[in-house]
Amino acid sequence: MSKEAPVLQAKNLGIQFGGLKAVNNFDIEIGKSELVGLIGPNGAGKTTVFNLLTGVYQPTEGTFFLNGEKMNGKLTHQVVAAGIARTFQNIRLFKKLSVIENVKVAFNKNMKYSMVSAILRTRKFWKEEEEIDKKARELLALFHMEHLADNIAENLPYGQQRKLEIARALATDMKLLLLDEPAAGMNPTETGELLEAINLIREKFNISILLIEHDMSLVMNICERIVVIDYGEIIAKGTPEEVSKNPKVIAAYLGE
Amino acid sequence: MPKNKKVEYLINFVGILAVFGILVFFLDTGILGKQVNYIRGIVTIALLTIIMVTSLNLTTGFMGEFSLGHAGFMSIGAYSSSIVTLALADSNIPNMLLFIIAIIVGAVVTAIMGFLVGIPALRLKGDYLAIVTVAVAEIVRVAFCNFAITGGGKTLSGIKKLSDVHYVYVVMIICVVIMYMFIRSRFGRAVKAIREDYIAASSSGINVTNYKVMTFTISAMFAGVAGAIYAHYMTAMIPNTFSFMKSSEYLTMVILGGSGSFTGSIIGASVLSALPELLRDFASYRMLMYSVVLVLVMIFRPGGIFGTYEFSLIRVLKKVFGKNKGGADNE
Repeated sequence: MSKEAPVLQAKNLGIQFGGLKAVNNFDIEIGKSELVGLIGPNGAGKTTVFNLLTGVYQPTEGTFFLNGEKMNGKLTHQVVAAGIARTFQNIRLFKKLSVIENVKVAFNKNMKYSMVSAILRTRKFWKEEEEIDKKARELLALFHMEHLADNIAENLPYGQQRKLEIARALATDMKLLLLDEPAAGMNPTETGELLEAINLIREKFNISILLIEHDMSLVMNICERIVVIDYGEIIAKGTPEEVSKNPKVIAAYLGE
Repeated sequence: MPKNKKVEYLINFVGILAVFGILVFFLDTGILGKQVNYIRGIVTIALLTIIMVTSLNLTTGFMGEFSLGHAGFMSIGAYSSSIVTLALADSNIPNMLLFIIAIIVGAVVTAIMGFLVGIPALRLKGDYLAIVTVAVAEIVRVAFCNFAITGGGKTLSGIKKLSDVHYVYVVMIICVVIMYMFIRSRFGRAVKAIREDYIAASSSGINVTNYKVMTFTISAMFAGVAGAIYAHYMTAMIPNTFSFMKSSEYLTMVILGGSGSFTGSIIGASVLSALPELLRDFASYRMLMYSVVLVLVMIFRPGGIFGTYEFSLIRVLKKVFGKNKGGADNE
């Protein structure tokens, strides 16, 4: 792990809903192209951490930085613009739009043609649209989905929808990808494909990933480091081996 | 511009001209005899209704937010443009120029109003826009009933008759094309994404509020254009014309035609605005019929008669001439 400014650095991050501290004292550092797992029992606050990191919730305590840039107080679309993209636990695609349009929507923030340009169909419009079309198809090809480009998103099988969601997140051109239970509801073959896809995008895009997952085989397999939270607090950190032997973690999962 | 697109636009342009030709043929050659003025009136109203319904479809169909006060925006366009043309009545501006001025004034004033309404209402998620637009339309109506400059509850009359059916056709085409180009661009894509899932849209880097306000402003602007045409066709009007009933009538047309379809809006608007005129004897049953038809559509075609389908002249031509190259969608 490099010692330059980490891609993501959260310091003392916390949020309170009324009297409930959903997340408390959350510290994390993710280096360049690192893959970190975030695990914990149900209701531990994992998704809340994601919501904090993407600006859906504003933290009531602490701060977090992306490449040294302070991200507190930014709205979701500003966080995405800065370079944090995510997928959702329960897939959120633009269901009635075609597969390729789903990806193109995420390219929108890098497109520059104006409304006048769009209405008059100027050369700039065509150039950018063609460029985006090409990029979107390339991205789909990476997931072996280019032949599905014109299908309606909601008609895709479950595994493909998951992959499309990741493709869409990649289209935002981010530095940190947050994956919220990408393998949930998948069969072993689909999980295998997903694993392949994750490895591929890490190689290709050189990005950092923070992963929430319940599928332990997946987590142990691909994560370099794991952070375990329970009741909103970090109870263990370390390599997969260290974490799996940690008595606190075993207690949290199995009870004492 | 890709070459096949150029051809497509050209063919569509020819199609638009052809419809214009048919219009001229029926209205200007005296083939309809004495009834021609009456028919011309129906056509004018149908054309401006197309603008109204298409613009409402932007908000309701493509953005997925209900606007129940679209007639309110129409009245803003109607009154603001009339006030200006009444003030300019004695100057020697040619009619066509005056008509253009009226439309621009109606569009700008209504767009500003739409923007001001949209900013607070669209920051919230849910049905707030519906409530706010109902309220705004009511406020506007009551205000126009009381301002001296808008006739103060009496009929505002003496407006020049500028809405010639040919001009109105051209304006309608320009309006629909602008809205169509807007939807078929990155802006429209973002707006549709927001309709599908605003959380996912903002997580894809889309500024949800901005795009919503932008779309709503455009939607209101074209309602203003339709209002300006209406005022300069009717030459006299009272604020009560633009009541809640009028708004819901337009909404009915959007839903019947198919929310999210330009084709649906255009056909819905032309049929539903011309039908009551043609079936004059049953005019009082119109609202009753609307509700029955609406219930039937809701049961059998929840997405409206056309759903999100778009008619494509290119596709039809390809079918007719048997060239199957795989069609791109176009109006």
